[in-house]
Amino acid sequence: MAFCSRNSRNIIIINLLKSKVGSSRLMKLSRVCCYGTCLNSTNHCRFLPSTTTLPQLGNPDPNSHKKGHSPCSQRFQSTKSGQQFASLPNGEHSQVLDFPGGNVVFSPEMQFLSESPNVYNPCYRVLDDNGQLISNSVFVQVSEEIAVKMYSNMATLQILDTIFYEAQRQGRISFYVTTIGEEAINIASAAALTSDDVVFPQYREPGVLLWRGFTLQEFANQCFGNKADNGKGRQMPAHYGSNKHNYFTISSTIATQIPHAVGAAYSLKMDKKDACAVTYFGDGGTSEGDFHAALNFAAVTESPVIFICRNNGWAISTPTSDQFRSDGIAVRGQAYGVRSIRVDGNDALAMYSAVHTAREMAVNEHRPILIEAVTYRVGHHSTSDDSTKYRSADEIEWWRMARDPVTRFRKWIETNGWWGSEAESQLRSSIRNQLLQAIQIAERAEKPPVKDLFRDVYNNIPSHLREQEKLVRETINKHPKDYPADVPVDVAVKDDGVSVYDVDVIVHDDDLIIHVR
Amino acid sequence: MLATASQRILGQSFQNIRPAVSVLRSYSSAAKQITVRDALNSALDEEMSADPKVFLMGEEVGEYQGAYKITKGLLEKYGPERVLDTPITEAGFTGIGVGAAYYGLKPVVEFMTFNFSMQAIDHIINSAAKSNYMSAGQISVPIVFRGPNGAAAGVGAQHSQCYASWYASCPGLKVLSPYNSEDARGLLKAAIRDPDPVVFLENELLYGESFPVSDEVLDSSFCLPIGKAKIEREGKDVTITAFSKMVGYALKAAEILEKDGIYAEVINLRSIRPLDRSTINASVRKTNRLITVEEGFPQHGVGAEICASVVEESFAYLDAPVERIAGADVPMPYAANLERLAVPQIEDIIRAAKRACYRSVPLAATA
Repeated sequence: MAFCSRNSRNIIIINLLKSKVGSSRLMKLSRVCCYGTCLNSTNHCRFLPSTTTLPQLGNPDPNSHKKGHSPCSQRFQSTKSGQQFASLPNGEHSQVLDFPGGNVVFSPEMQFLSESPNVYNPCYRVLDDNGQLISNSVFVQVSEEIAVKMYSNMATLQILDTIFYEAQRQGRISFYVTTIGEEAINIASAAALTSDDVVFPQYREPGVLLWRGFTLQEFANQCFGNKADNGKGRQMPAHYGSNKHNYFTISSTIATQIPHAVGAAYSLKMDKKDACAVTYFGDGGTSEGDFHAALNFAAVTESPVIFICRNNGWAISTPTSDQFRSDGIAVRGQAYGVRSIRVDGNDALAMYSAVHTAREMAVNEHRPILIEAVTYRVGHHSTSDDSTKYRSADEIEWWRMARDPVTRFRKWIETNGWWGSEAESQLRSSIRNQLLQAIQIAERAEKPPVKDLFRDVYNNIPSHLREQEKLVRETINKHPKDYPADVPVDVAVKDDGVSVYDVDVIVHDDDLIIHVR
Repeated sequence: MLATASQRILGQSFQNIRPAVSVLRSYSSAAKQITVRDALNSALDEEMSADPKVFLMGEEVGEYQGAYKITKGLLEKYGPERVLDTPITEAGFTGIGVGAAYYGLKPVVEFMTFNFSMQAIDHIINSAAKSNYMSAGQISVPIVFRGPNGAAAGVGAQHSQCYASWYASCPGLKVLSPYNSEDARGLLKAAIRDPDPVVFLENELLYGESFPVSDEVLDSSFCLPIGKAKIEREGKDVTITAFSKMVGYALKAAEILEKDGIYAEVINLRSIRPLDRSTINASVRKTNRLITVEEGFPQHGVGAEICASVVEESFAYLDAPVERIAGADVPMPYAANLERLAVPQIEDIIRAAKRACYRSVPLAATA
């Protein structure tokens, strides 16, 4: 994993001037060191040993600070209370305060912890901008089969997003959110997890569901809210959910899924399962109280949860400079006692490696891990947004083309001889056709029946809702012209699909009692 | 085997109630008396013992034995994995509890008072109440949120609000409010066993009160149905509905009214959502007069819903306008004299009942 230093940052700024980034953005970008360092693909760290074998991440040496290791390597080490020693300039330890939280060394120097670091938290990447492996990089090997599957899923996600976005523009669905630019985060992280790991998404992670086997038809059904939607038409488009795939139904509220994931992780620990909880959120979501409570709690309860932050630079129109002043998200993990890493989110191989390693730590050591995946939101926030109103079209185009994570990964698999242009065009046209067909089918399908309005409010339908359902059905039958023609008005149907005529169905103390009239 | 199991549990509850027994009023019958606190404690204990998925979380529930000692002894018995002392973040631990419930555990989340639940209300409504519906039945949330609700004594505005009508307006939630020990045991057990999210509104001042309970109530399988009100006292002249502490006041008012020849029927709602409209309406059809009593703020309160229900279903049976007795429309003041004026008293209920029975000058229309 390459480390960065202040000197390399200066070089980066020059690179930025050469690239197609608007000068107005230059000042803001120069503050975000990680973007810069990630641009500089071949700059090896001159000050630190190139890492490191993976074990350094897995088993931190709590005494390394005494051995004169660099401050950078300490970022990967968990800090236990009771072992914190503020290092004095002359290396001596004076008196110690026996504090409820542990032993704390006194210091006669009044030293404030700086609000910004001397060295920005380095960003782990393995593939350079051209998809070539960086020498001396550390990563988890991926088989050809998995790599090709990852690439196909990334390309599929890209095409799916494009087509559904267009469908919304054509008025065929009411709303959509794209994941353009973040395909590597979605697919690579999903590939590094097992199907037993429970996923708590925000709303820009359909790729995880795609990887796990949700079909294109199922995606389309949810967006069109038709009868086949496993969400029964209850939610806005792109709010997928599937128990079968261990992917918890998306809720629009920001960051609420983060403490949910911790709760689930705690349950997994109590059940002693070989699985972890994984939750995704954006840079904006980290401002919510739920983020802080969840990280704090996860550390205290030692829960096996992976927090993946998609730091894509924008929360609708709010840039990260207006969102927070910390050096990104990963450093906050340390503040809560959570082991963290910052990763190039557009590098699928780095993402895969980081998540794979994080999962092992989470499950085997019962600890939370925070991964900050740095990326760029190429698309608009949603179909209700036009992001050219607050950022330059040039900037968007540059990230879309020059920094496309899908292209970058393709170059790597091509270099390995695992992919070619024929496979590429075959894949693209096949997926496109499948999607267009899925949309056609979804569009023409029937809408959910009237009974789906009243079910699932509670585990058992209460009597007043059953009455209302009966009344609604009667009214629709009496005045069909006042109601849309595509809403099926079934007779009462039991959950096992059997139609029930002329009976009273009563639920009493969880028993279903049927009186035939 | 069941008999010995319940005997063992009874033995446990006897240990808990022994101190309370010594301060009993004497009853001619051999009925046992337990405090509401012990009723809740024993209910939690029994449900945790019966189902390993049940676990507790909240501030001070473990080492401190519970801010109001409701969870006393449970940390020692079940260990820190099942009795979780949480950091101070209602939003955080509520979200975590909901997440655990999503996964399949059955958390019982304690709020030190329901006033603090406002900091977590997004998770209660958006993450718990609506999840089963939004996920089309894929995510059920078998969680219980419990804690003291409403006014205590001298705790001021931010510790005295009643949240019954707030939570009861939400589809997807069940809202219960016990009065006596039997209610406390039966409803809490029902809440824990219920697969839907339940808001369980207790009352701090009732924790220390003792009530007689039958052997059936003390049995570990005892459970009360959710959605059924109880007629605490039968009558024929006026129906008085109440929940939680106000049931006690209504019963005392009914005793005093009897001396004046007014026989009030007192209904203990027990369940605010679902509201037992059929019991209430049947009673009003019998008495033709209705007073609703609650501690909370008057506007959009529980009484408003009961009144609307009765007007919709039993309008022809009403001989007098429905009257709502509620707390004053002000944030709760601290000074004892002002607090007394801000909360319904027994006299208020008596006067309202008499107005409904035309035994006194009707209340002049106020702005």
